[in-house]
Amino acid sequence: MTKRFGPLTAVNSVTFGVQRGEFFSLLGPSGCGKTTLLRMLAGFEQPDEGRILLDGRDITRLPPDKRQVNTVFQNYALFPHLSIRDNIAFGLRLRRLPRAEIEERVDEMLGLVQLRDHASKKPTQLSGGQKQRVAIARALVLKPQVLLLDEPLAALDLKLRQHMQIELDEIHDRVGITFLYVTHDQGEAMGLADRIAVMRNGVVEQIDPPARIYESPRTSFVAAFIGDTNFFEGVVTRIVDHDYCDVEVEDLGTVRCWNDKHIRAGAKVYLSVRPEKLHLTHERPADLHDGKVNVFPVTVYQKVYQGAWTRFWVRHGENVDDCWELSVLQVHSRYLLDTTPISWDDRVWLSWHADDGYMLENYDERDETLLNHPTEPVVPAPDAPYPADAAAEPAAAAPQEPSADAERS
Amino acid sequence: MKRLQRRSLATFWSVLFFFYVPILVLVVNSFNASKFGGAWKGFTFKWYEKLFQDRAIWQAMENTFAVAVGATLASVVLGTLAALAISRWKGRLQSAHYGLLYTHLVLPDILMGISLLLFFISVGMELSLFTVFLAHTTFCVSYVAMAVLGRLENFDGSLLEAASDLGATPWQTFWKVQFPLLLPGIVAGGLLAFTLSIDDFVITFFVNGAGSETLPVKIYGMIKRSRDLPKINALSTLMMCVTVLAVVASRMMQGRGMRPQKDASAARRPSSPAERREGQGGRVRGAAHHA
Repeated sequence: MTKRFGPLTAVNSVTFGVQRGEFFSLLGPSGCGKTTLLRMLAGFEQPDEGRILLDGRDITRLPPDKRQVNTVFQNYALFPHLSIRDNIAFGLRLRRLPRAEIEERVDEMLGLVQLRDHASKKPTQLSGGQKQRVAIARALVLKPQVLLLDEPLAALDLKLRQHMQIELDEIHDRVGITFLYVTHDQGEAMGLADRIAVMRNGVVEQIDPPARIYESPRTSFVAAFIGDTNFFEGVVTRIVDHDYCDVEVEDLGTVRCWNDKHIRAGAKVYLSVRPEKLHLTHERPADLHDGKVNVFPVTVYQKVYQGAWTRFWVRHGENVDDCWELSVLQVHSRYLLDTTPISWDDRVWLSWHADDGYMLENYDERDETLLNHPTEPVVPAPDAPYPADAAAEPAAAAPQEPSADAERS
Repeated sequence: MKRLQRRSLATFWSVLFFFYVPILVLVVNSFNASKFGGAWKGFTFKWYEKLFQDRAIWQAMENTFAVAVGATLASVVLGTLAALAISRWKGRLQSAHYGLLYTHLVLPDILMGISLLLFFISVGMELSLFTVFLAHTTFCVSYVAMAVLGRLENFDGSLLEAASDLGATPWQTFWKVQFPLLLPGIVAGGLLAFTLSIDDFVITFFVNGAGSETLPVKIYGMIKRSRDLPKINALSTLMMCVTVLAVVASRMMQGRGMRPQKDASAARRPSSPAERREGQGGRVRGAAHHA
């Protein structure tokens, strides 16, 4: 589908399919087109090009009230003049069902969202989490084929958000309805969805299950937007065997890398390695993995202790202005048995297994601004439009401050 | 400091004096047995009795209420539709529409009276109760539209989307969601229109015809004869009671109902700034009409 608003293309030739009963999430920074996409599925916007098929039937031109699709709105949109019971019964009454059936189905929903005691209250008397549950019940009671959720947890505070996340998951398991969940919060998408579509600038960058999105992102945007990572630019110099290749990285050396995309020798590639996949040791690690461990000497130049882990920033190379700066995460799983603590200016060994790095098909230098670096942040060029999105939502894109990270754990 | 306090107290009392003493004198005199109201000659309901025996006054009262009810109903329908149209579609033409509606609130009554009179004459319409009704509807529409627009200003559009998402046709969406939520604004606007219609003098004076006098016009005619003065006092007292009741009811309706449901703290606020502004605007204008 494609949707334009004047000169702006909000959704640009997006195509995807969702399985029956799947929990599918649209994830991206604000302004990436995910909400527009959802509104087209609900029927509030008409696509300029493309079709929407529901169960094989073309519903593109149907008005919202004729679609077997219901929406949970970001601000809940509960009817303030109706009680909770009447809010939930709203859709059933429009369908002129027998009174007894309406009562039965509303009661069932009130039980599902645990609001039996509040049935006669007005929406203003409920807390944010309760309103959210009413909004879900009101949409689910109609037994839609697809439930659309537009940032349903965005208005709740952190604790409630985590709690509602678990509840949403349980509700999805119980009703077995297809959920299509729009969010800018990677934690919600990762924790809830069966599959995630990562969007940017109206385009879907990757559709995969959460683990694949995290462990094998296809583009630098996905790699940088979801979690944190380190990028290297290099050239494939040797195909070792079916699974591995060697990449020559300027000023670093030869890096052994998992070649799941079967890239040929001579190709220019970008590598990405997650901070928690990197290890720092005082002793040079013994090569127990048949040459599959990459080892480089580095110097620690920044260190932030965060309880469960310590985040290090290390440099490879002598020249401070032109060297590789990497982010490393060391989880303290066995604190007392830890060897001598690594400290500022220590010269240590950095290592990672070839399987833990991945090559990217699509690289955009502006994505580096999404990364987590303590000093000299890359200032985006003023005419580069998209990193502004990331700056507007620092907590969602890449945590800029250590405290945001601590909160998330 | 103390002097300042004394001075502000003096201001307070003189404001009260100038605003309310004339009204008080009028109310007291309506129960005064004296014909000229100069001195207190004892308590009496005599003037009220005479008032109710005067057929011409009854006729004027009937005219007044017929026009007020008619103009209120017509302006409630038209004003609500106007407000909906203005809030739903935005554009330069729409701001012009808004300007046209708003003009009535600030336009001097005498100008409206003259222009309506010239209009009725030019289209060959005979002046009657019907022309009075048309004239009152003309200015009441604006008040109703403003009251309804005040509520539409913080109307959550996603409620309408939610209704259609749950299977309501546009028609059902209006009657089941939008109308109930706008109702307090519509009723408040209607009560305001009713009050303004009852005590309008200037415009009515220009456009009424033979036998279509309303109470204010009738009273003006009676003032010329001194023997009617006590009766006018009684009549004015009664009219004041009706008007005050309507205004109080209108204020109560406006403060009720729809509150933004975004968070709990918003729900605790007595009314949104927009509503308060709208309410005050209405009352100031109403008072100006009284004077």
